[in-house]
Amino acid sequence: MEGLKQLLSNNVRKFGMIIALIGIALLFQILTDGILLTPLNVTNIIMQNSYIIVLAIGMMLIIITGEIDLSVGSVAAFVGAVAGVLMVTMDFPVFAGILICLAIGAIIGAWQGFWVAYVNIPSFIVTLAGMLIFRGLTLVVLQGQTIAPFPDGFRGLSSAFVPDVFGGEGEIQLFTVVVGIVLSVVYILSELKIRRTDLKYDFKTISFPLFIVKLVLFTIVINLFTYVLAQYEGIPYVLIVLFVLIIGYTFVMNKTVIGRHIYAVGGNANAAQLSGIKTKKMKFWVFVNMGVLAALCGMIFAGRLNAATPQAGNLFELDAIAAAVIGGASFTGGVGTVFGAVIGALVMGVLNNGMSLMGIGIDWQQAIKGLVLLAAVAFDVLNKNK
Amino acid sequence: MSERILEMNSITKTFPGVKALDDVNLDVRKGEIHALIGENGAGKSTLMKVLSGVHPYGTYEGDILFQDNRCEFKNINQSEELGIVIIHQELALIPELSIAENIFLGNEQATKGVINWNKTIIETRALLKKVRLNVDPEEKIKNLGVGQQQLVEIAKALSKKVKLLILDEPTAALNEEDSENLLQLLKEFREQGMTSILISHKLKELLKVSDSITVLRDGQTIRTYRRTEEEVTESMIIKEMVGRDLTELFPDRVYNVKDKVVFEVKDWSAYHPLDVERQILHNVNLHVKEGEIIGIAGLMGAGRTELAMSLFGKSYGKKITGTIIKNGKEVSFKTVDQAIKNGVAYVSENRKEFGLILIDDVKNNLTLANLDRISKHNVLNTSKEVVEAENMKQRMNVKTPSIQQKVVNLSGGNQQKVVLGKWIFTDPDVLILDEPTRGIDVGAKFEIYKIINDLAEKGKSIIMISSELPELVGMCDRIYTLCEGEITGDIAAKDATQETLMTYMTQKGRS
Repeated sequence: MEGLKQLLSNNVRKFGMIIALIGIALLFQILTDGILLTPLNVTNIIMQNSYIIVLAIGMMLIIITGEIDLSVGSVAAFVGAVAGVLMVTMDFPVFAGILICLAIGAIIGAWQGFWVAYVNIPSFIVTLAGMLIFRGLTLVVLQGQTIAPFPDGFRGLSSAFVPDVFGGEGEIQLFTVVVGIVLSVVYILSELKIRRTDLKYDFKTISFPLFIVKLVLFTIVINLFTYVLAQYEGIPYVLIVLFVLIIGYTFVMNKTVIGRHIYAVGGNANAAQLSGIKTKKMKFWVFVNMGVLAALCGMIFAGRLNAATPQAGNLFELDAIAAAVIGGASFTGGVGTVFGAVIGALVMGVLNNGMSLMGIGIDWQQAIKGLVLLAAVAFDVLNKNK
Repeated sequence: MSERILEMNSITKTFPGVKALDDVNLDVRKGEIHALIGENGAGKSTLMKVLSGVHPYGTYEGDILFQDNRCEFKNINQSEELGIVIIHQELALIPELSIAENIFLGNEQATKGVINWNKTIIETRALLKKVRLNVDPEEKIKNLGVGQQQLVEIAKALSKKVKLLILDEPTAALNEEDSENLLQLLKEFREQGMTSILISHKLKELLKVSDSITVLRDGQTIRTYRRTEEEVTESMIIKEMVGRDLTELFPDRVYNVKDKVVFEVKDWSAYHPLDVERQILHNVNLHVKEGEIIGIAGLMGAGRTELAMSLFGKSYGKKITGTIIKNGKEVSFKTVDQAIKNGVAYVSENRKEFGLILIDDVKNNLTLANLDRISKHNVLNTSKEVVEAENMKQRMNVKTPSIQQKVVNLSGGNQQKVVLGKWIFTDPDVLILDEPTRGIDVGAKFEIYKIINDLAEKGKSIIMISSELPELVGMCDRIYTLCEGEITGDIAAKDATQETLMTYMTQKGRS
């Protein structure tokens, strides 16, 4: 029991947001008479929020280094427009088109990173300029028109599902259930491996019963989730993309030299510089990374809409920033996790979805979301002052 | 002349872990220039902050009597109302505003909230005349030289009907001519009956203008000289400033100094990063042998930190010239990274700003400068990291409940041990330690000294920069003195006394 208390008090923020997410989900589950967690709607929530989650991951890195990026919505729109021109108007092959779009994202990121890192212009200004520049260029590329429809292969990225290789007939998609089981086995094995190393080095570990409880709990959550998905169409492709991004970025931030350097730059740039870290280069590459993710976001959104439109990505930057902040990022830099950004994006996503299901107007939705954002940060600040 | 204007009785001020002032008395007579002198950290600035209300009443013990009235200042406004004005070492002018706007900032010449600019300009002109500054009142501060800015500060003080003017190191950043002007001005004010307290390191200056001199050392008043009543010489003051017992303060050391010169600097010069005309370091030459501890002594502004940072991957300065020879081979570090890879480490004088990531934990701070040691193909081995960090924590004797503790929660001494540990983790041959014991208590100092001795015994070369002369004399084999960017002396520690060091540190071109 002591161990559990310790664990909780050390991670108030981390668990706080997960608990808040569960609380919000349960609240809307009741308010919507159980519609929120139906297989169809769960799948919807994932697909509706996938592009914000992609942005939130990149934004989290940006905020960790102590910067901000206001241009991501415009960049996403611009890349979506380019994708439209390439694949619809010019009939480029899908795969080549996607690669070109990602490269364009990288170039845009490099452009902004250059001004921020090497010319020392505040990122707020650089990306505010970027917001205008790329919104304008979107209109130029599209000539004010909407381009549609995209080829099927491209749309699949954001709206298709992995087919059931086991050919499961009927209600349940067998493949998805199997994936759930495989994932839980991988999860349990990796946890066991970590525990073994911890014990070998005599590190602090949670007690064995608690460890088992944790394993069982997570295994249930994983399988429940895949089971719910299996009842609808199974696993959307975009979920795989998200999964890879979340695992990949979490690994980079926690387990690599690069990740450590990013945290150090945000935590204290002077000390980082005097520790041999190339702070400018680090900031530059974090912006390049953001550009690539914004490009990916733009393509997922265009694919989902099945059109490249001039208004795409409007206010995405604010959703992404809100997600990162709710997920524990601090504007002074140096703090935050990729997982937190995902949770933050889901909190906003579930709120959106739940309120829409209840038939609350867009006016009140905005106001309520604003209050939630303020409350989350206030909670954090008050908690720190204690 | 002997009427008292200010009396500070038994002032004691403690900061967490440090007693900055311990039963200090100060007695200033009306119409005199009273000099306050002491080494860095002796408590001069703290005493003046107590007087001006920066440290409000209640945070210190003791009494302040100004013009025979007891004062309990809660903030700086209350002391200014009585005519006590302090001009800080770092000037507090706003560069983008004009002289007139700066002088009347917070004291605007306004009726019903509307500023009367004509009155402002006319009054400013009168004030500038008093300080003999012949510039347009509407000139922006950023277009003035340091000396002129200093005069604007004084004019600002005059505008507040100052009775007691406190100047904290007013001439530190000035050239000789400007200094001379300023001192002359103070003398004129004295004729007009104004009292001033002058804090300075420049003994010659003080002896030229002061009527009384109070010496502070380690937060205590040593004595006050009345120059009308007794003869005072430079050497008398130096002796009072530094005189303290050295025995037992420093741990025993196993000497292991080899003849091999590990690190040599030749003709090292550097210019100010913003003002490229201003040369900060002039042809510095120094060397350090294997297992040797050398010291660099110099007053504030002598260029000690600038020297260290410019050597450490050109982290300071423009137009750096000169050569570094390491183990007989010429090397050049363009970046900090290269310096670290070549076995050089620099422990900053400012651990909070430049040494640590305060919001991160002990473990991550210890390993930050050498993540290669715990990673393969850029992937961290976090288990190895924990083991290595734990070892380093024990070696440095860092008192922390766990290596997961955030360093912001540690005491100053333990933070300093973490910084040292961080650099020892890079396995350097040459360690440049900039004020390694600043702001930490005696016990922690002793432990840091032990670590330094231990490193020297293992054949590391140590360059130690310190404002505390006893520390240098007690720890080093040789001591270089630095004065205004030039090496003025290279003295074997056994021949060094604090008096000789102080002489070299204050007199350029004597060596």
